[in-house]
Amino acid sequence: MSHLSSGRLNVHHMKELAKHELLECLDKCVGSKAIVWDHELVPILGLVADYLVLKEHQVIQMFELRPGRLPAMTAKHVIYLTRTKLSLMDTIGDNMLNEDKKMVSNKEFHIIFVPRRSILCERKLQVLGVYGNFSTISEYGVELLALDSDVLSMEWDNSFTEIYIDNDYTALFHSAKALMTLQTLYGVIPNVFGLGKSAKVVFDLMSKMRKELSSTEPQITPQIDELLLIDRSVDLLTPLMTQTTYEGLLDEIFGISHTTIKVPPEKFVHQNSSTDGQSCDETVEAPTEAKQFHLNSSEELFVKLRDISYKSIGPTLRTSAKTLSQQFDERHTAKTVREIRQFVDKLPALQTARKSQSNHTSLAELIKEVTDEESFYETIHTEQSFVNCEDTDKSNPYIEDCIARVDPLVKILRLICIQCFTNNGLKSKVLEFYKREVLQTYGYQHVLTFNNLEKVGLIRISGGYSHRVYNVLRKTLRLTVRDINEVNPTDIAYVHSGYAPLSVRLAQYLDHPGWRAITDVLKTLPEPTIEETQEIAAGLRKRRNSGASIQTGLLDDQKLIVVFFLGGCTYTEISGLRFLSQKEGFNADFVIVTTNIINGKTFLQSLSGQSLN
Amino acid sequence: MALYTSDWNPLGKDIYYRKHELNAMFWTNEVNLKDFIVSSAPFGGPIALIERKNWNRLATNGSTGLKPNQFNVFIFSSFGELISTIKWTGSELSLISWSNREDLLCIQDDGIVFVYDIYANLQNTFTLDQEIRDTKVLECKTFNGIHGTGIAVLTTSYRFFVLNNINEPKIRRLAEVPGLVKSPQSWAVVASSNETIVLVAKDNELYSLNANHQSCQPLNPAISAFASITEMSVSYDSSHISLLTDAGLLWIGRTDNDLRNNYCEFDTKAKAKPQQLLWCGNSAVVGLWKNILLVVGPDKDWLNYVVDQPVHMVQEIDGIRIIGNEMHEFLQKVAPVVVEIFGIGSIAPGALLLEANKEFLRHSHRADEYMRMISERNEIEMSVQQCIEAAGHEFGISTQKMLLRAASFGKCFYPRMQSKPFVEMCQTLRILNAIRHHSIGIPLSYNQLEVLTMEVLIDRLILRRKFCLAIRIAEYLKMSDESGAARVLGNWAFLKVRQTFIDDERIAYDIFNKLGYGSGVPYSEIANKAIECGRTQLAIKLLDHELRSSQQVPLLLKLKQHRLALQRAIESGDTNLIHTVIIRLREVLSAGEFLMTIRDYPIAYSLYQKYCREEEPEKLTDLYYQEDDFVSEANSWLSRSLNAQNLTQKQSYLQSAYDSYKKARNEFNSSIIDENLRLIKYQIKLEEKFHRQYLNLSLHQTIKQLIIDKEYKLSEELKKEFKVGDRRYWWLKMTILAEMSEFLELEKFSKSKKSPIGYEPFVDICLKHRNRYEAQKYLLRVSDDNKIKYYVRCGLLEDAAKFAYESKDVEALDYVCSKCGPTNRMLAEKINTMKSQLRSK
Repeated sequence: MSHLSSGRLNVHHMKELAKHELLECLDKCVGSKAIVWDHELVPILGLVADYLVLKEHQVIQMFELRPGRLPAMTAKHVIYLTRTKLSLMDTIGDNMLNEDKKMVSNKEFHIIFVPRRSILCERKLQVLGVYGNFSTISEYGVELLALDSDVLSMEWDNSFTEIYIDNDYTALFHSAKALMTLQTLYGVIPNVFGLGKSAKVVFDLMSKMRKELSSTEPQITPQIDELLLIDRSVDLLTPLMTQTTYEGLLDEIFGISHTTIKVPPEKFVHQNSSTDGQSCDETVEAPTEAKQFHLNSSEELFVKLRDISYKSIGPTLRTSAKTLSQQFDERHTAKTVREIRQFVDKLPALQTARKSQSNHTSLAELIKEVTDEESFYETIHTEQSFVNCEDTDKSNPYIEDCIARVDPLVKILRLICIQCFTNNGLKSKVLEFYKREVLQTYGYQHVLTFNNLEKVGLIRISGGYSHRVYNVLRKTLRLTVRDINEVNPTDIAYVHSGYAPLSVRLAQYLDHPGWRAITDVLKTLPEPTIEETQEIAAGLRKRRNSGASIQTGLLDDQKLIVVFFLGGCTYTEISGLRFLSQKEGFNADFVIVTTNIINGKTFLQSLSGQSLN
Repeated sequence: MALYTSDWNPLGKDIYYRKHELNAMFWTNEVNLKDFIVSSAPFGGPIALIERKNWNRLATNGSTGLKPNQFNVFIFSSFGELISTIKWTGSELSLISWSNREDLLCIQDDGIVFVYDIYANLQNTFTLDQEIRDTKVLECKTFNGIHGTGIAVLTTSYRFFVLNNINEPKIRRLAEVPGLVKSPQSWAVVASSNETIVLVAKDNELYSLNANHQSCQPLNPAISAFASITEMSVSYDSSHISLLTDAGLLWIGRTDNDLRNNYCEFDTKAKAKPQQLLWCGNSAVVGLWKNILLVVGPDKDWLNYVVDQPVHMVQEIDGIRIIGNEMHEFLQKVAPVVVEIFGIGSIAPGALLLEANKEFLRHSHRADEYMRMISERNEIEMSVQQCIEAAGHEFGISTQKMLLRAASFGKCFYPRMQSKPFVEMCQTLRILNAIRHHSIGIPLSYNQLEVLTMEVLIDRLILRRKFCLAIRIAEYLKMSDESGAARVLGNWAFLKVRQTFIDDERIAYDIFNKLGYGSGVPYSEIANKAIECGRTQLAIKLLDHELRSSQQVPLLLKLKQHRLALQRAIESGDTNLIHTVIIRLREVLSAGEFLMTIRDYPIAYSLYQKYCREEEPEKLTDLYYQEDDFVSEANSWLSRSLNAQNLTQKQSYLQSAYDSYKKARNEFNSSIIDENLRLIKYQIKLEEKFHRQYLNLSLHQTIKQLIIDKEYKLSEELKKEFKVGDRRYWWLKMTILAEMSEFLELEKFSKSKKSPIGYEPFVDICLKHRNRYEAQKYLLRVSDDNKIKYYVRCGLLEDAAKFAYESKDVEALDYVCSKCGPTNRMLAEKINTMKSQLRSK
């Protein structure tokens, strides 16, 4: 996974740290081990260590946590790796109560909580009468997982819902801890900016934790110049908008979970037959089983594709196909033995590239099937007219038709929320009409869904003075760009076919011209605004424009900014920030840290707490 | 040169002993040692005194009948400064002695041990053994082994007991000495690294009692005939032993190999038992007979000193401290390196370097000659080392300086010289000189400090409450917080906390003032000490400064500061900690109190609600009811209705939700719930009528099901009853009819009134079900704007072209033309004609 080391910040260290800590937890049990996984944790910890590594540490069996009796095990230690969910404790309790008494005495049972021990869970185990079965109860405090060389995520599902619906700030506490880990590895971040309540909470907690550390804080020269904390509630619009980048669309359509995507296998069947002479490792795959890919920057082609608009996927794939076939054709021009040798050396890389080309071509086809549909066009069209403040004040016929056609509820809610946001609330008549339509069509239980959406402000009744807030925001921050060139973009707005993510704009304006220039707009966003500095020992301060930076090239002059999304971010926001740092005259690189990765579907689904399909 | 050797006395060849004054004694109350029983801790430790008149009464053998008397145990510093006094009221004492942590052990004749610190504070008491208690102690000794300080006891029934470590009271009873029916003439403890042995002299026999394997073994050391061994002495490290026989013969040997290895036998010509017989390091035995101090080396060499006043000797690792009425002296072997340097006529490199430096300071060219001599022998490095080392052994500051200057001078001639030993020696000497000063009074030698270690020295300073010096030393040596400054400050704070005569406010202020934040001393630990001392308020004040909530909150709970604990837990942001407090509060408070408390803390309140939602939903509804939070109550009823076990329960939950929304004046939601209830009733009726499932369907799905069942009338009725919007109803009915291929019914429906959704969807839905024929039926009613598109969709390109031509739309014609494939050449040409016609107009 050397791709993790390729960015400005070597996030590979982060992975190594997490791996080291995990193994340390496991090594506390000496002898053979079986792990019983909370299934949600499997892909997450897959980002930290693979099975081979676990095997080296005497993990001989792995099972998924299920109610009922544990499968037969030969290992001496049985280790439960679980999140701190009370329902999971019931399952563990069920395991224990069904366990043979003899077995229990032969084995040692352990629980490792991720990311922290929880008194509630331990109490629950006591109530269930199984607490005494466990020899040790410990915690594996992994906070940040490296999704890619510039993206770190806590993979904390439902973070926004927890913070804003439940008032449960656990995720923020861990965000602050994550920042502490980050600062332990890469030095204290001198400048901190932030927007929104959560940003304030995290900054305060982080300051408190630094105080607790006091003299034991590691002394490292800061590698990161700025931290920008963005509370998701500052920009509720962006996650609702359909993502129109390659990676964004893959996420919208199939869902990317912990960098892994599962797609229907039909398009990939031909691959098996076409691999010429190459030993195929995925030969006998039943076509009914979903095809799985890891999406990260170790794949060259994916790096080219991930951030571009769906409209330029085709041309990009054509170009890369052409280059690839040219490279293959070199074997014909290779004449001397040396040239042939050079070609042969390149062959494995070429074959990998060819496989990658074929996979992404198939994925692109899958995407095209969706984007060619009229409803996709109409959805984008409706979204765009909303964000451009057209006809936002009355009930929208497209939404009505979608409800009538019983389209997925999440699509309808997205559109209603966008309309509500861009109209700064809806007239109660319009809102009640929408609600009644939805409730009659999808069931009355969604009263609770609406309650939650109202609680976080996604849906509200328009009131008096604030009716122009969005329009001012749009104009000042140029949130919409007419006639956007999606193939050769000049502005981040391409990521949503003409709408520039508010969050990314805020990051952009922070760098230039600075937030001071947009104070009036910031006032209309959720308070407070944070502009703080963290004290750093004088000797550790970075010297700008010193001789050293000239020697190491330009890199040092580019600021390195960590943007931390509290409550989740979308792939388009990541793409937008990447685009910004590439932009000429823009003086910063970004590392994106987030509680979790979201899209409109997962975002609303989590808020609703009920199935929206 | 003679100056430095004036107090040296030779003991054989090239070996010298010197006795020099450490300091004058400042005995408070003008003590005369003659009148006291003395016990002094090694390593320059404190001295305990008991008046001999009291002791004699006690120590008389079999003095059980005597009534215990009140008397004092005095504790002095090694300089004779009175530190404290213990008013002894207990039973008779067998021994007073010091542990290796400088605690005073007062051992009663019934085997109860009282442990005091130097300030006469009782630290601990423990009983050695029931048997000892019953038979009483005849005699006991303390010893220092690797486990710590131990106690060996001889009872009046002549049995021996050994306790290896006073901190782990696990006493062992040793094997019986055969035929021991009266007190042995002498006995001693040899505590080597792996075993503890008691040597017992019974007349002309010598026995070794091993504590590890309960054995009693007779020993036969090679000693000239004797009737009894009257005195034994073991060296500090237990490697050497000396025995004194009734004939005045001093036998010197090693303890290993069952005493078979001896160095010599020396005739002291003294028949009397000496007052003290001790080892001076490992190289000589020292006996004190009234006013004669006899030093005997292993090769029978000897020398003696006359002491004109009563003294008490203390065995140190590298010598003997002699405490007198006026003087405090140290008797030690002169270190070989010192002999090399100061020895008369020495030409050792160190001696030459010292000489060179002297000449250099005198600006004499002879300095160069000396240096040349050293460098010719390639001994510069060694010369420097010797000077550094010798400086360490010197007590006189000016001598130390002289030697260090010489070393520093020598260093210049040797570029590769490591500076570390020099720097370290300077540091160590600075510290040694500081602690030897009478204000501190710990006269340690360099070797003693090396053995004691710096950490223990800090402990000793803490013990003497010399916090300032301790902290300066820690900082000076850059010791880690844990073993250095933080430990000192922590102990200082513990002391402060125990000062009950100062009020809480003041102490809390003083402690914070000194420690601030980041001192490395956890306030929680100090607070814990305060709790131990029963100072709750002080503990609370101290905890205020504890930054680590995980340490602070549990203590606050312990102190029953519930609200404060909750407050702090919330500030920490640590959910687990907040839950810890919540759980505790639920346990200790009544339900009412609990709610009153928690509602004041929104974050905790939310967490509690979340917990209830997952685990105890009924509790949550109750909670909202009590709080008059009608909306939340309604919501919780509603969410419970989703998991209701049966229909009746569901209806009752929904009814409750309705009532609560009403109370909250949420008209919309209450009307929606009302609608829901009505739907359920309707569905029940439908189920009765059609015997199929309607319940749990949404209104939309219910209507859909009715249409599928061709109950058009009923569906119409339901639509009206629930005011379903026209558009939605039309979409639904149209879709379902087409899906079921009820095209006749569809046509009828389309004509029932003007379609609220237009007719385009009708065309689309027919096409979707591959029925172009039916689709065409609706084409005419498609709005004009969409007509061309829909003609094309239905494949009626010609009609599309015609319509475009009629509406004079060239662009539309282009569009239609683009849809003409190769089979439609004719039409394409026709369109081109049309276009040109339009253009020409």
